[in-house]
Amino acid sequence: MPDGTGQDFPATVQGVAPAMPQRRRSQQAVALGLLTPALVLMTLLLIGPVVVVMFMSLTDYQLGASAWSIIGFGNYQELFADRVFWKSLTNTLLYVGIVVPASVALGLGIALLIESGRSLRAFYRSVFFVPVMATLIAMAISWEYMLHPQFGLINLMLKAVGLPARAWLSDPALVLPTLAVIGVWQLFGFNMVLFLAGLVSIPRALYEAAEMDGARSAWARFRLVTWPMLGPVTMFVVLISAIRSFQVFDTVHVLTKGGPSKASEVLLYTMYSEGFEFFRSGIAAAIAVVFLGFVLLLTLVKARVLDRQVHY
Amino acid sequence: MAHAAPIRRQVWALLRHIVLMSVAAIVLLPFLWMLATSLKPQAEVFLSEIRWWPHRLAAAENYAKAFDKAPLARFLANGVIVTASIFLLQVLVALPAAYALAKLRFWGRQTVFALVLFSILIPPQAIAVPVFLLFHTAGILDTYAALIVPFTISVFGIFLMRQFFMTVPDDLVDAARMDGLGEFAIVWRVMLPTAIPAVTAFGIFSVVAHWNDYFWPLIAVNSTHLFTPPVGVAHFRNAEAGTDYGPLMAAATIIIAPLIIAFLLAQRRFIEGITFTGMK
Repeated sequence: MPDGTGQDFPATVQGVAPAMPQRRRSQQAVALGLLTPALVLMTLLLIGPVVVVMFMSLTDYQLGASAWSIIGFGNYQELFADRVFWKSLTNTLLYVGIVVPASVALGLGIALLIESGRSLRAFYRSVFFVPVMATLIAMAISWEYMLHPQFGLINLMLKAVGLPARAWLSDPALVLPTLAVIGVWQLFGFNMVLFLAGLVSIPRALYEAAEMDGARSAWARFRLVTWPMLGPVTMFVVLISAIRSFQVFDTVHVLTKGGPSKASEVLLYTMYSEGFEFFRSGIAAAIAVVFLGFVLLLTLVKARVLDRQVHY
Repeated sequence: MAHAAPIRRQVWALLRHIVLMSVAAIVLLPFLWMLATSLKPQAEVFLSEIRWWPHRLAAAENYAKAFDKAPLARFLANGVIVTASIFLLQVLVALPAAYALAKLRFWGRQTVFALVLFSILIPPQAIAVPVFLLFHTAGILDTYAALIVPFTISVFGIFLMRQFFMTVPDDLVDAARMDGLGEFAIVWRVMLPTAIPAVTAFGIFSVVAHWNDYFWPLIAVNSTHLFTPPVGVAHFRNAEAGTDYGPLMAAATIIIAPLIIAFLLAQRRFIEGITFTGMK
């Protein structure tokens, strides 16, 4: 049996190879035909708009206006002089700064706990994954009711244990961390699944070797084997969480509208209100370019990490 | 010492369940509270005490009210129409392109593939303004087309299917050619059947992403009869202005139900589809 397949395989490859060059010419036309729909749509709906958004950010175009002109970097100057823009940018970075470490740590912790035993693995994995796929808008409405200052479940629970109630979504100091908690709640299950996949791929033999070398405690095994072996996965999870949380919009739009007093204003929300509420397309395009810059940077770093990634 | 280890292991096993169950309870809290509230009459929604199970069950009237006050059935139907059309068109456009990139030799292949890789990096929100203007000019804002067209091209789908087709042996393609099949027929009758697992994973990812999408439908349509489920439920909530939580929670429950039920039926496929396809 093994011999037969071994001989069969090269024979087929040899038999086919000489036919290839003759086919090349006709393949050119066929390939073009098969690619045309994708190429047209890609140009029209992705690459074209990227070029246009960059160009628009240099104009004073407003939707519905009959005339517009190129104003150079005027939009960017206006943006960088605008306190709301800086507030929006720092809020976004702060949000990312809370959601990324928290959702990565929680995702890793839960993955390690699930992997440390045998029973109910699939059950736990599914439970923690539910928020990842449940419609965030619907869940944001549920959170809003839970966070209701008077009748919300959270405050009622706090009161039950003697803690003061808080105005989670209308206190400027609390609103961003509160939104970040919802963000972590939604995201960490996704990170957990990636960590679980990473953990499964660590060879058992490494743990046995570490144990023989004297790594007796669970912590020692984690420090010597798990953590170094998870390095690339962790890097990847950090970047993907950063890209995802940078795009925060849904919860802000439904729950706070950027308020109170811009305390939860984030980049995409600012872009949305400039572009689609005030129709100041030029300014919105400039914000979109800033947003694009951040996301591209993170994505490029991620692509490099993915290239070097071995244990995954 | 001899029996200390099993005891320690049992304590650890118990501790593991206690911690995981507590976190699970917290994670599920918004779902359970939403469900509980959807069963409560107005009088029991605004209470100063925690009451999980209502004294008077108002499930029927809340769910009826949700369907009555907002065109929920219409929102759900829109969700199905939009996500199904997007997925079908994505496959229709991406599969031939992926096949060409994986199996055909032609001039410009590297360039096209580079363009695909570059396009994957573009976040949809960043190009919302020009796409909106394009649709405004074309006069298709506030139509189903406005909801569907921007997502007909999935460069990520092309990339994913291309990677999959690379693993399909050339012999299979050549055998099909010997049988007299044209390239177009090869895509649909030879490649598609081998790619069913990859297409399914991509399909789950695509449907979940677009069922849940809020940003673009919010921009693209104005008319209530075109609202997708997330825009619809947000609209319902704004109309109610936080007064009638029972029907609102009933509406929210109905809107997440299709995906949650599908997830419970095929948990493994969903988790794989969303994480390993959604890693972009």
